[in-house]
Amino acid sequence: MANAQPNPYQPKEALIVARIQEGPELFTLRLQFTDPACRAAYSFQPGQFNMLYLHGVGEIPISIVSDPEDCDVIDHTIRVVGRVTKGFNKLKTGDRIGLRGPYGNGWPMTESQHKDIVIVTGGLGCAPSVSIINYIEQRRKDFARLNIIQGVKHSSDLIWQARYEKWRKLPDSKVLLAADTGEAIWPWHIGPVTTLFDQLEFDPDNVSVMMCGPEGMMHVVCDHMLDKNVPASQLFLSMERNMQCAIGHCGHCQYGSQFICKDGPVFSYDKIHSLFKTKGF
Amino acid sequence: MNRDTQFLPRESLQLLIDAVISNGYDCIGPQVRDGAIIYDQLNSVTQLPRGITDSQSPGHYTLNSNDSLKYFNWANGPQAIKPLLFTAREKLWQSEQSDDGQLTFTPTEPTHKPIAILGVRACDIAAMKIQDQHFLQQAFVDPYYKVRRENLLTIAVNCAHPADTCFCHSTGDGPFVDDGADIVLTELDTGYLINPQSTRGEALLTQLTLEYKTVAQSDEYETIKTNASIQKRRLPELDIKTQLMSELNNDAWHAIATKCLSCGNCTSACPTCFCHSENDVAELNGHSSSHYREWDSCFTQGHSQIHGIIIRSEIGHRYRQWLTHKFSTWHEQYGRSGCVGCGRCIAWCPVEIDVIESITQVVERRRG
Repeated sequence: MANAQPNPYQPKEALIVARIQEGPELFTLRLQFTDPACRAAYSFQPGQFNMLYLHGVGEIPISIVSDPEDCDVIDHTIRVVGRVTKGFNKLKTGDRIGLRGPYGNGWPMTESQHKDIVIVTGGLGCAPSVSIINYIEQRRKDFARLNIIQGVKHSSDLIWQARYEKWRKLPDSKVLLAADTGEAIWPWHIGPVTTLFDQLEFDPDNVSVMMCGPEGMMHVVCDHMLDKNVPASQLFLSMERNMQCAIGHCGHCQYGSQFICKDGPVFSYDKIHSLFKTKGF
Repeated sequence: MNRDTQFLPRESLQLLIDAVISNGYDCIGPQVRDGAIIYDQLNSVTQLPRGITDSQSPGHYTLNSNDSLKYFNWANGPQAIKPLLFTAREKLWQSEQSDDGQLTFTPTEPTHKPIAILGVRACDIAAMKIQDQHFLQQAFVDPYYKVRRENLLTIAVNCAHPADTCFCHSTGDGPFVDDGADIVLTELDTGYLINPQSTRGEALLTQLTLEYKTVAQSDEYETIKTNASIQKRRLPELDIKTQLMSELNNDAWHAIATKCLSCGNCTSACPTCFCHSENDVAELNGHSSSHYREWDSCFTQGHSQIHGIIIRSEIGHRYRQWLTHKFSTWHEQYGRSGCVGCGRCIAWCPVEIDVIESITQVVERRRG
């Protein structure tokens, strides 16, 4: 039977139910499958991603930032970087795109319950980390101390300042922000984010460190955490590579023996450390 | 079940082709075109490359002819099964946008006429088994590959004439077909020893009148097998899998890269390479867009591009990606090496890069 299984390459139609401008080149699309059966069948985990299709242009992987409890609508925060994202930037509420997913393994949220959490992000609007913070915010009692540390190049690059203020007020939580350079009114630290590491509060024997952002930043975080005796198996990195199919067929996202789309995008450091500091993989 | 070896005289080979066609298959077989053995529609034995031999070396492939009556006295040309199962370019689905902005997605139906391919070599049967693992035996099944694979009948011919570029004996994939084909032939002076390897192959052979094989024919078979297994080229007897990955920063990669054109011929000719890209072709009507996939190569810059950055910006990175994947990380993915020893990447490299020499170069720099 040719049609015994659904075609894994084919997107389904999704409606943009809201479009939220997050920053100058950053926006969130809140999507809903138009087919109720697709809506009912859909569920995801924080850290997973969808393939979003812009009619006539192409498909790209975008991580999901909304809460898995409510998968009727699915939020994707997108930065304008290429052909497809430029096109998405022009869409409005009520427009339709293609969606298929979710793909990948997601963050180890269940395994991290009752542990201290350190979330390290760098660069602009690191969406995969927002999904973890949102998740913990909704289930604050399930986790021990929460540390959020974010570094940006310039203070004006920090988006979601209001959210960081809100997260800072969560019980037993610490938010550390740093900009390499900043304006006079910047209330946070000026200097490399690494200089804030000593302010983190965690028990190395009972912590999950989750990070996403530039690989150079993640190198520094991993080295620091290993120095602090955090086991490599408790360091989690969200990796990015070119992806075309998201189902482990097209070969683009291979990272050594791993397919980032299906074995990742979240890897514990012990799974990838042998390649992590080698340029060109 | 009768899987005994029987004999088909050469003058009866047409009957096998006829049986294949009358069972509803399109018969594909080897023939000479543009100076190479290629596989295409074949209805008559007269299309087969009779008396044709080949000579292959790094960057070289030429055909010669002689008076031999044998049809299969050559080693593989540039391609065999891969393009039939995993096609070079195909449309996956179409998107239609209505005037009010609604999108409708229509997948291309994965249907295919049954195909029988005559003259497949052991290396390509081994490569097909590897591509089966990749496209059929993972969490997601490729519906296009699946339908074609289910409709493919393979009539292999044991390789009696490996080229100088061949090293299937050292990868354990040839020159004779142990399993995985539907029918296997061995070409003798006067005809073919013929073995079914599947129920489908067996059923087809019951439609032919075959002879019992003689002792002399068995002896001839053994001689051919022994001779074909003597291959000058072989993989170094080292732990290639481990040693390549411990030499990622070796200068040898860059030495190879000074020669490599990054053209991707090796990945196109490779029967196991599976990389492909997806892209959209918008129609001029403004409403329709077709979504295609086509073969891609880790030798292109675009293969590793991610938001404006090219991860493998240097040719050395790309060559290392290809070689370490094929000979090392493939083991962790699919339980064996991704190389079947067909030697195509050697013969079809325009600048004569020899994959075995490359491995040796990396590993030897390590020792030296």
